[in-house]
Amino acid sequence: MILAQQFGFLDEYAKKEIRRTSLKAVAIPGYQVPYSSREMPMGRGFGTGGLQLTLALIGAGEVLKVIDQGSDDSVNAVNLRSFIEMTCPGVGTTRVTGEADLIQSRHRIPEKPLREDQLLVLQVPYPDPLVVVEASEEKRKQLHGEADYSRLLVKLYEDIVKFDEITISHRYPTRINDHYVIDPSPIPRWDVPKLHMSKALVLLGAGREKKIYAVPPYTKAEPLAFEDKPFRVEAFLDEQGRRRACARCGCDNSFLDEYVDSNSGEQVYRCSDADWCDEQLARQTAAEVIYG
Amino acid sequence: MDRVLKVRNLSKRYSKGCPVCYLKTGPDFDSNICPDCGSVVAAHDVSFDLYAGEILGIMGESGSGKSTAVKCLYFDQEPTGGTATFYDQGEAFKLFELNKAEQRRLVNQRFGMVYQNPHQGLNFEISAGGNIAERLLMSDVDNYDRIRQRAVSLLTRTEVLPERMDEMPKNFSGGMQQRVQIAKSLATNPPLLFLDEVTTGLDLSVQAAILDLILEIQQQSHTAMIVVTHDLGVIRLLADRTLVMKYGRVIETGLTDQILEDPQHAYTQRLVASAL
Amino acid sequence: MTEQAILRVEGYCKQFVLHEQLKVIPSSHNVDLEVFSGSLTALVGPTGAGKSSVLKGIYRTYLPSAGCLNYTAADGRDIDLAKADEHRILQLRRDEIAFVTQFLRFLPRQATEDVVAQPLVQRGRPLEEARALARDMLAAMNMPRRLWGISPATFSGGERQRVNLARGLVAKPRLLLLDEPTASLDLKTSDLVVGLIEKLKQEGVAMLAIFHQPELVKRVADRVVELKPPIMTDSPLEEIA
Repeated sequence: MILAQQFGFLDEYAKKEIRRTSLKAVAIPGYQVPYSSREMPMGRGFGTGGLQLTLALIGAGEVLKVIDQGSDDSVNAVNLRSFIEMTCPGVGTTRVTGEADLIQSRHRIPEKPLREDQLLVLQVPYPDPLVVVEASEEKRKQLHGEADYSRLLVKLYEDIVKFDEITISHRYPTRINDHYVIDPSPIPRWDVPKLHMSKALVLLGAGREKKIYAVPPYTKAEPLAFEDKPFRVEAFLDEQGRRRACARCGCDNSFLDEYVDSNSGEQVYRCSDADWCDEQLARQTAAEVIYG
Repeated sequence: MDRVLKVRNLSKRYSKGCPVCYLKTGPDFDSNICPDCGSVVAAHDVSFDLYAGEILGIMGESGSGKSTAVKCLYFDQEPTGGTATFYDQGEAFKLFELNKAEQRRLVNQRFGMVYQNPHQGLNFEISAGGNIAERLLMSDVDNYDRIRQRAVSLLTRTEVLPERMDEMPKNFSGGMQQRVQIAKSLATNPPLLFLDEVTTGLDLSVQAAILDLILEIQQQSHTAMIVVTHDLGVIRLLADRTLVMKYGRVIETGLTDQILEDPQHAYTQRLVASAL
Repeated sequence: MTEQAILRVEGYCKQFVLHEQLKVIPSSHNVDLEVFSGSLTALVGPTGAGKSSVLKGIYRTYLPSAGCLNYTAADGRDIDLAKADEHRILQLRRDEIAFVTQFLRFLPRQATEDVVAQPLVQRGRPLEEARALARDMLAAMNMPRRLWGISPATFSGGERQRVNLARGLVAKPRLLLLDEPTASLDLKTSDLVVGLIEKLKQEGVAMLAIFHQPELVKRVADRVVELKPPIMTDSPLEEIA
C-alpha cells in the first residue's frame, strides 16, 4: 500500500507550529523559542532542527542550497538535499549561493553577502551559550531574562588570563539586539560579523534541544568582548605575517581550510566555501580570457 | 547617622503552618517545631535597625534562626512575613517587594556576602581573580585591564599576594580562601556586608587575622555589617550591638559590652557564663 | 558655682538578677552625683560599694536598674543615659564619652600607636593625623618609643595601663570616666597622670574617677562622692520580682 506523501514530509500542524515558532523567534531576536521537534527519519544531531525549518518554510518553485562546512558535496549535505528533493516536489536545488532562496547550512555562513530575499537556516547542536556555565535550565532562563551574561564574560576573562587572547574558535557567544546572547551554531569567528545587520533573515534550529531562534534582518549581532580586548576574526597569517591565500583560487579574504598535501606533506590552504572558490576561479578565468 | 537597613517582624516558617505555630514555639517552649502541625519556625518577629558603619552581631546556637534571618535579607530564602527596608543612595528599597531582577541587582552590586564555606561564596572552577571579575562584570564593568587592576588592589587589601590571583581557589589555604571571598564581596564597594560564621573552622591565629581585616575594612570604608556567629569572641571583637537568638526568636538585644557584662536573659547569662 | 553639671546622676541603682541561681545581687544603691566641665568628681567607698558599677551604668555597659543619668550632650540636649537609644549611646561613646578601665582591650595584631589612635580614627580623622596625635600622647605618657610600633600583647601591667590612658585621653572627650587609672603605675608615672588630669581640667573635660590611693583623691578631686555598700538582702528572686 502506498500512502500519499505529505509535501515536506511533516504534517501541516507540525509545519504551522514551526512557522509560528519562527515568527515568535523573529519577534524576540535571539530568544530561544521552544517547539515540539518532530522525529525525522534520520538521527538527531544530523541537522534535524535545520531540516524541520527548511521543510516548513520552503515551497514549490523555490530554490534550495544545502551546505556542510562550506561544501555542497559532503555526505551530510548530499543526504539532506536528496531528502528534501524527495519530499518537496517542485523545489529546485542549486550550489550557487546567489541563486538560492533558502540556504540550509552547517558550520558556515556563505562568503557571498546574502540578500533581503534570501533566508539562511543554520543547524544548531547546542542552542544555549549558558550551558557551559550553568547546569540548571531554570536558572539559565532567569539569566537570559535578565541579560546577565557575566559568567560568560568571566570565561572570556579566564581565556585572556591563560592565553592572552580569547581562544573560542566556534560558537562564539553573540549578543543579539542588545539583549539575548545566542550560540550562533558552530560557525567560525570569521562568520560572526556576517550576522550583524544581515540583510537576510537567519533562523537557527536545534532539533535535539527543541529550540528555534533568529537573527532577524538588520538586527545588531555583537560578539561578547571586553572594551579593551575586542573581538577578532581569524587572521590566517603565515610565518612572515602575510595573509594566506587560497591555493586553488588565490582569494585572500575568505575563510580558509587547512589541508595536508598527501604528496608533499605540506600544509595547503583553500577556501572553505566551495561555491565562493568556484566563483573566484571563474572570474579569474574570465579575466584571463579578456586580458590574457 | 544614616540608617542602612530596617527590619521589622521578619518571620520564616517552613511548610504550611497552623494558627498556633508562633504561639507554641520559641524559647519558652524550648523548641522551634510546632507541636500541633510540625512546622519549623526558623525565625519569628525579628526586628532591628542597622546604621552606616555599624557592625551588628547576631549570636545564637545552630538552629537559633540567626542564619535564616540573614539568608532572607540576602534573598537566599523567602521570608514568610515581615518587612525589610534597605536605604541606599537616597532610595528606600522594600526588599521583600522587589522583583527578582531588582533583588539580583542588589545582591550583585549593593550587598556583599561572605559564607562560612568558601565553596558557597567562590566559584572553584575559576581563578581567584576571575571570581572578583565575575562580580565586577555583573556590575557592567567591561574593561579587562580595569578589572585586573581592581582585582589586584582588592587582593592586596585582603592580604592575598596579587601574584597568585590567577591561581585556582583550591590551591589556597582555608584562611586565604576566606580572604579571596572577602575581596570578592568587596569588589563593588557594597554599603552592606553579611558575614555568616566566617571564621568558624579556621585556626585561631588565622581567625584573629581575618577578624582584624574585617575591622580594618569597617573602619576604612564605613561598611555596615551583619555578623552571624555562635562565637562570643567574634562578637566581642567585632560587634557594636548584638542580637541574641534562640529557637527562632530574638531574646535579647543591646550594646555588645552590655550583653557580655550584664546579660538580662537567663539563656544569655548561661551562654556568657559558660564562655568565660 | 552656678554652672550646670553636664552629668547629673539621681537615684542610680544597679542589681544583677541571676536567673540560673534565682538570686539578686545588689551592686550600687541610690547613688546621686554631679560631674562638671573642667572638674573631677571622685567616687570613694569600700570595696563592694558599687563604684565601678556607677561608671559602667553611665557608659551603659550595665543596664541601670533604677535612677536617672542625665547627660547634657555637646548639642545642648539632655539625654537620660539609662534609657537612651543604643545608637545614640554608640554615637556618644564615639564623640563625647570615654572610659578608661583597668583592662586594655585591643586587636591581636594592632600596633600600640594604632590602638591609641583608634578613637580618633573612629571620629573620622585621617589615619596619619590620628597616629601623630597618638604618638604625642604616648610620649606624654613616657612610653618608650621602641614600644609604639608593636602590639601591647607582651606589655607589663603598667605599660598597658599607660596605653589605655593614652587612648582614653587622646580624643579629648567631654566626659571621661576613669576606673583606677593609676592602679598599676609607679609613683613617677602616677605623677604624670595627675599632670595630665590637671591639663584636661583646664581644657574643660569633665571627669568622674575612682582612685585606689586616697592621697590621689586629695590631689585631683574637686568633689568627692562617698558610696556605702548596699545591704545584702539575699532574698529569693520571686520576692524581688
